[in-house]
Amino acid sequence: MTEILSLNAVTFSYAPEEPNSKNAVDNVSFSISKGQWIAIVGHNGSGKSTIAKLMNGLLAPTSGEVRFDRDVLTEENLWDVRSQMGMVFQNPDNQFVGATVQDDVAFALENSGVAFDDMVKRVHESLAQVKMDGFLNHEPHHLSGGQKQRVAIAGALALRPKLLILDEATSMLDPQGRIEVLQTVQQLRRETGLTVISITHDLEEAMLADRVLFMNGGKKFAEGTPTEIFTLGDELTALGLDLPFAMKVSRLLQQQGVQLTGQHLTEEELVNDLWTSNFNK
Amino acid sequence: MMEKMIFGRYIPGESFVHKLDPRAKLLFVFGFIIIVFLANNAITYGILISFTFLVMLLSRIRPYFIINGLKPVLLLLVFTFFIHILFTKEGDLLFELGFLKVYEEGLRQGIFISIRFLVLVFMTTILTLTTSPISITDGLEVLLNPLKKVKFPVHELALMMSIALRFIPTLMDETDKIMKAQMARGSDLSAGPMKDRIKAVVPLLVPLFVSAFKRAEDLATAMEVRGYRGGEGRTRYRQLNWQLRDTVILVALIGLAVGLFLVRG
Repeated sequence: MTEILSLNAVTFSYAPEEPNSKNAVDNVSFSISKGQWIAIVGHNGSGKSTIAKLMNGLLAPTSGEVRFDRDVLTEENLWDVRSQMGMVFQNPDNQFVGATVQDDVAFALENSGVAFDDMVKRVHESLAQVKMDGFLNHEPHHLSGGQKQRVAIAGALALRPKLLILDEATSMLDPQGRIEVLQTVQQLRRETGLTVISITHDLEEAMLADRVLFMNGGKKFAEGTPTEIFTLGDELTALGLDLPFAMKVSRLLQQQGVQLTGQHLTEEELVNDLWTSNFNK
Repeated sequence: MMEKMIFGRYIPGESFVHKLDPRAKLLFVFGFIIIVFLANNAITYGILISFTFLVMLLSRIRPYFIINGLKPVLLLLVFTFFIHILFTKEGDLLFELGFLKVYEEGLRQGIFISIRFLVLVFMTTILTLTTSPISITDGLEVLLNPLKKVKFPVHELALMMSIALRFIPTLMDETDKIMKAQMARGSDLSAGPMKDRIKAVVPLLVPLFVSAFKRAEDLATAMEVRGYRGGEGRTRYRQLNWQLRDTVILVALIGLAVGLFLVRG
């Protein structure tokens, strides 16, 4: 697998002059291969969002380096790197720049000087990818939160990025909108082999990832597949992160004396285990 | 109250006026504002009224809708009319009622000024009703382009305008939300003496400002992430398209000016 983005011993502090200030991100290293889905989880103030901003150069690391496509991120290649990275933020209202849906999707293309004919084609294409092609002339205040987030994703996709960063992109959506957005991203990933980094509180979202990075107090606490991370169990709850619903039910059932084997990350695993457990008696 | 307001509102449509290029419409309205002052007798004012009426018909917006929406302006109109009648003391005395003296010239002035005012308000209202705010911004940006030579930040102005327009409904919603939240906590905005009412506005304004700052910061980040580096080297998604009909209305405007010039007294 070819590496697309990596952080090498990155440290960042919002107030580097003050001796007592804590680093928001402390000596974090990891690398991401092409086509992977990485979830970065952790409670508030664990440095998740700061990492997102370090990745696309909105913040520069105090020490260490960020590499994109093997090149170190510097002032010179910053804009070039940004044009290959799409980013979607938390608040659907505040990141909507254009007056209508199509203007918003075209905004990034306008910025990078794409010619008009090509631009029209790409706007329609990326809106079709997120199934918003019927809303070309709609204004933002006539769209739901999930629709706005899908438009924001379309805006990021129109640039044909190698990497899509979702910075808590589903945290202000209702369950319905959240599922819509996540399904859209899943499907895009299958179709185009996009690399996705999702920064999230949402455990269901983290379960979708190939690899989970668990942040605590600015440090990388654990890294592994969702199964590896969530089998940490009590360690996670002690650090303020919840467990997936299926795992909690499984634990409660075991406390009540139901004979089950091991952990259950998804509802499907749990259900399978439950209805075979009767045969084992 | 907001439903009846028609200032700055845009009614989507497919009429001749709707399809005009915003540049042409802006130039037309600016030209018209100047031309209105050429009129100085009954015939010229008649021509102006029929011309405005023609434009209104072409825009296919119901006259009732415009007239109803312009009711607040009517008050101003009546006011100017009476000021003219009462304070112009020229020509023959028409009638006298106690200390009230109405002269012929006063009546004439009153009527003419009112027509002038009305025609201007009608024209500008038709402009905003048939042109979406974003195309007005686009049109203005292109028309102001020559000012770039004197270092006037045309692109920045246009961007600010379009962002401001896009956030009006969002901020209106927010104001409404904050207002209701404060009302739920016992703040009363609609009663009591003036001093109390002004004080009650503070818990409304402060959160609104704070959230506007927050929004601005988020928006700036989102714009930077999407590669916004200022006006240089940008292409445009919205293309303005000057067509025959745009030339036609400007020629019609010049024709009107010449006509008025010939028949004015």
